Amino acid sequence: MLSKASYTQLGSKLDVVVSVVLSVLSFLCAALLCLILWFLISESWTLIASGQWQRFFLDEGWYPLEGLYAMTPMIVASLALTLGAVLIALPIGLACAIYLEFYARGLPKKAFRSLLNLLAGIPSVVFGLWGLTELVPLIAAIKAPGTSVLAGAIVLSLMILPTVALTSAAALSGVNRNTLAGAHALGFTQKTMIIAVAIPSARSGIISGVLLSTARAIGETMVVLMVAGNVVQMPDSLFAPVRALTSNIALEMAYALGDHRASLYASGLLLTLIVWLLAYLASYLNEKSRVFARV
Amino acid sequence: MSDRIFSFSIYCISLIVVAAFVWIISDVVLKGYSLVSWDFIVSEPEDAGRGGGIAPILVSTLWVLLIALVIALPLGIATAIWLAEFSRSNTGAVHIGTALDVLAGVPSIVYGLFGNAFFCIYLGLGYSILSGGLTLACMILPVFIRTCESGIRAVNSDWRLGGIALGMRRSVVVWKILLPAAKPAIIAGLVLSIGRATAETAALIFTSGYVDRMPESMFDSARVLAVHIYDLTMNVTGGDQAAYGSALILIVLIIVLNALAQSLLDSWFRRSEYS
Repeated sequence: MLSKASYTQLGSKLDVVVSVVLSVLSFLCAALLCLILWFLISESWTLIASGQWQRFFLDEGWYPLEGLYAMTPMIVASLALTLGAVLIALPIGLACAIYLEFYARGLPKKAFRSLLNLLAGIPSVVFGLWGLTELVPLIAAIKAPGTSVLAGAIVLSLMILPTVALTSAAALSGVNRNTLAGAHALGFTQKTMIIAVAIPSARSGIISGVLLSTARAIGETMVVLMVAGNVVQMPDSLFAPVRALTSNIALEMAYALGDHRASLYASGLLLTLIVWLLAYLASYLNEKSRVFARV
Repeated sequence: MSDRIFSFSIYCISLIVVAAFVWIISDVVLKGYSLVSWDFIVSEPEDAGRGGGIAPILVSTLWVLLIALVIALPLGIATAIWLAEFSRSNTGAVHIGTALDVLAGVPSIVYGLFGNAFFCIYLGLGYSILSGGLTLACMILPVFIRTCESGIRAVNSDWRLGGIALGMRRSVVVWKILLPAAKPAIIAGLVLSIGRATAETAALIFTSGYVDRMPESMFDSARVLAVHIYDLTMNVTGGDQAAYGSALILIVLIIVLNALAQSLLDSWFRRSEYS
């Protein structure tokens, strides 16, 4: 057996040159992260440095032209939209995953899987267009104006549904076959086996998929920009139009200057930090589920 | 009995998902179909996009995509090869890997903020096709690298050792054996990247801009298809019809580009197998 060390020894001059060039390129790619962070921080520095960041939470409202930068309504709106989307997508996605793993066979299984993949490939702006012209009028028929937390959450949930369904299906298929056979042997019905054995065993994989799609939903711009209404206010009902952090950036970047521009970069930084936290939790859980699977 | 209800609801929910998918796709196809014609593709937009076609927008989309791919592909494959094959000091590689994973999670609107501050203002490129393409390149790099890297790592180790035993240099083993063997992963990464880049809107609104004239050079501001759809829906009253036409073109474009990428890579790899 050849050891890894002796294999990784570089033979010729050519190899050394190639290795050095490639490593420089790789470090360049990684440096992109520092560059992005650097620009986010330096552009928002005027507001962060002087301790003025507290104003994002304490100011009386979002009136950038008068120097008031309270982001709380938009943070709450982002969280409400994301929470709504996950609440809709989780049960439906889980049902799709159960269908894929335990019910579908042959052609329907293949077809359903590729349908989910296609759904994942639809551009977000097309989801927004569909939501605005088809879904919003339906909601407006119940309560005007139609562009609302509810519309945003429904369209967002359709966007993250494939991720939830496919990662959950992968987690379910990773459940030890002997465990399931044991459940059958104990006389469990299909339903009890799925709810009491399969889903708990696949728990951390499912949660990690949900966290990833939560990160995607909170960072999504176009859908919430197009169907959520863009009014800066605390959402007081499902039918209230709101503006999310991401759509605020998209709406105001074009004319923002000075402190206003800095506040937009600060909200970008905040978004990034939230998304990273979620991604970190997801990878932690994924690691844990892999350890469990090995035991 | 409750077992039956459970199965029934699982089937029902799956059907609802299929129905929602069919609703979205048929909506775009039916409303877009009447508008799409050869004229629509080759003529200039009129009346803020309500009438006319999308020729300059299609050209801009392809330019932005081309720049993003020309930058991201070589850089991405190089990094993937280094991470999978050459990174002996493992700590450096682990750090780079983590940085890439973190980058993959950054929301696209934040790439837009970065692109605006760095490419448009700091490097002085302004609102231009080049700024937009470079921003997109940054955005697709991490996912592309990770997909290619896992493909190269997954190649059976015996092939590497066989190559070395035949006296091939490491770099020749990579070029002649590993890359062709990792072809499916590279194609998958490319398809993912093209899909993401073509569909991207938020990162491009303030890097490549809004101008809907035919671009004359890479330094002109230009409007891509996704931004065009957004603008027609939100800022142009009565633009819905044209928006649906553009949406249909966008989806077809993504499918065509993916097929093209697949066949190009296929033929490129076939040549390298026989040379």
